[in-house]
Amino acid sequence: MNILVCITHVPDTTSKIAFTDNNTKFDKNGVQFIIGPYDDYALARAVELKEASGGKITVLNVGEAETEPTIRKALAIGADEAIRVNAFPSDSFFVANQIAAIAKEGNYDLILMGRESIDFNGGQVHGMVGEMLGIPSLSPVMSLDIDGTKAKISREIEGGKEYIELDLPFVAGCQEPIAEWKIPNMRGIMSARTKPLNVVEPSDNTVQSEVQNFELPPAKGAVKMVDAENVGELVNLLKNEAKVI
Amino acid sequence: MSILVFVETDEGKVKKSSLEAVSYAAAMGDEVIALAFGTVDSAELAATGKNGANKVLHVSDSKLDQGNIQAYATGIAAAMESTGSSILVLAKSSLGDPVSARVAIKVGASLASNVTSLPDTSDGFKVTRSIYTGKAFANVSLNGDKKIIAIKKNAVDLKEDGGDAAVEAFSPEIPDSDFGVTITSQEKATGDVLLPEADIVVSGGRGLKGPENWGMIEELAKLLGAATGCSKPVSDVGWRPHHEHVGQTGVKVSPTLYVAVGISGAIQHLAGVNSSKVIVVINKDAEAPFFKAADYGIAGDAFEVVPKLIEALKSAN
Repeated sequence: MNILVCITHVPDTTSKIAFTDNNTKFDKNGVQFIIGPYDDYALARAVELKEASGGKITVLNVGEAETEPTIRKALAIGADEAIRVNAFPSDSFFVANQIAAIAKEGNYDLILMGRESIDFNGGQVHGMVGEMLGIPSLSPVMSLDIDGTKAKISREIEGGKEYIELDLPFVAGCQEPIAEWKIPNMRGIMSARTKPLNVVEPSDNTVQSEVQNFELPPAKGAVKMVDAENVGELVNLLKNEAKVI
Repeated sequence: MSILVFVETDEGKVKKSSLEAVSYAAAMGDEVIALAFGTVDSAELAATGKNGANKVLHVSDSKLDQGNIQAYATGIAAAMESTGSSILVLAKSSLGDPVSARVAIKVGASLASNVTSLPDTSDGFKVTRSIYTGKAFANVSLNGDKKIIAIKKNAVDLKEDGGDAAVEAFSPEIPDSDFGVTITSQEKATGDVLLPEADIVVSGGRGLKGPENWGMIEELAKLLGAATGCSKPVSDVGWRPHHEHVGQTGVKVSPTLYVAVGISGAIQHLAGVNSSKVIVVINKDAEAPFFKAADYGIAGDAFEVVPKLIEALKSAN
C-alpha cells in the first residue's frame, strides 16, 4: 500500500504565543516546533498499517527550509521518503492545492493527515484535497482498518461516533485514538539521515485569504478564592456577580 | 443578495450552533436562506425564522438523515447556485469542517473557519478568527467574490425576535458517486446536552480517582443543565468516552460557565477551555496551575466540596 502522510510544522502545545513586527508575525523566539499532534497520530497509524501489510510511506510538508528537522523526525518514526514543497503554508487552499498536485503524481492508496493544524485550526485541508482529487474525505477519523481495497473507519460525531465503510483511495483527517504516538528509536534516527527528502517548488501560488494582523486575548483577572467550608458563597457569586447560573 | 446558512440537526432538532449561524447571517443584513438535510419536522425548520431566516430550503431525502459529507457538499453548492448566494455561513463542527472544505472547492469560495466576529466590509472583507487553539486571534481578509464563514460555537448571540420562515422543498441533483461512503452504524449518547454546544460544562479529572466517582459530576451537571467533560488522562485510561475529552487535542469548548473538578490545568487542557466566559476550579492542591486561569476557585477535596455544592445549588433553586 502506498500511503501519503501530510504533516504540519507547528509550535509545541506548551508554547507561549506572542507576535512581533507590529503583531504581523508569529514570534518564534524560544519556541520549539513539532510535528502537528494530529498529524503525528496519522503518521503512527500509517506506520502500523505498513508494518502489518507492507507498502511505502511518503511524508509531505508544505513549508520553508526550517521545517526539515520536523520532516526528518517523521522519517525517523518510519516514513520511507519525504517531499517538502518549498513555500510558506499561507492558507488552507494553498496547502491543499500543493498536496493535490503531489497526490496526482503519486498514485497513493491513502492520504492521511491530522484533523486540523494546531496553529490555524482550520480543519479544511483534508476536505479540500478530497474534493480536488474527486475522492471521499473523512474527518475526524478515530480508527482506520484496511482489508485489501476496503476500509473500515470510525468518525467522531458530536456526542458519539459513527462507523463507516468505503473503498480506497480516500483522504482522512485523523485524531486520537487512531494509534499511539511513536517515539523514534536510535536506528530510526540514524536511517532518517539518509532517506530521500525531495524539495519541490509550489505548483500554484493562489491564496484565498491573507492575515492582516494578530491579536492576543485580553488578560484574565485574578482568581477569587472561596473557602471550602463556605461553598454556598460560590453559588451566590455565580448567580449574582457572574450571572451565569 | 442572499446569504445561505447550512443548518445541522440532531435528533430532529436544529442545533444551537446552527441557530447561532442563522443569527450571524441575519446580523449581516441581507436575506437569509437556511438549508437543512434529512428527515426534520417542517415546524422545527420554520422556527429558524425566529433567529432570522427568511426562508428554509429542505432536502428531505431520508438517505441524507446521517451526515454524508460529499452529498451535503453537493447540495449546498447547488443551493448557493440556485439562490444566487455568494456567502455561505455555517457552524464550525465535526461535520461542518469537512463539508465546508468541499463546498469551497466546488464553488471556488474563500473560506475562514473559527470566525468570532461579523465581517468588516469597510475595506474589502475581513473577519476575526480564533487561532492557536484559542490562544490568539487573526484578522483575515478574504479574496474573491464567494465566501464561506464557519463560525466558532458560542461566539454569537442568538437573535430570537423573528417570526416563522417559509419552508420549501429543495431537490438538488446528487450523483451516486457521492454515496460511495456507507455509514453502517452510529453510537451516540441520547438526550444529553452536546458538549461542544453546551452553555455550561462540568469536567472531571484524575483527582476523581476512578470512573465510579462520576456520579456526583453527573448530578452536578444535571442540576446546572450542563454537559459533562473530562481531561485527557481520564479519557486515555477509559474512565470516560473520548468524545468527552476537553483540551488541545480533544473538544474545544466555549461555554458561559466551565466547572473543573480535580483537574490540575495542564496547558493542553487550558487550550480547550480558554474561551469560556467564567471558569470555576475545584482542586485540593491550592497550587494547581488551573487556579491562575480561573475566575473562581475552591481549594478543597472534591469529595467534600462537590456534594456541598450540589446541596447549595438545590437550596438556592
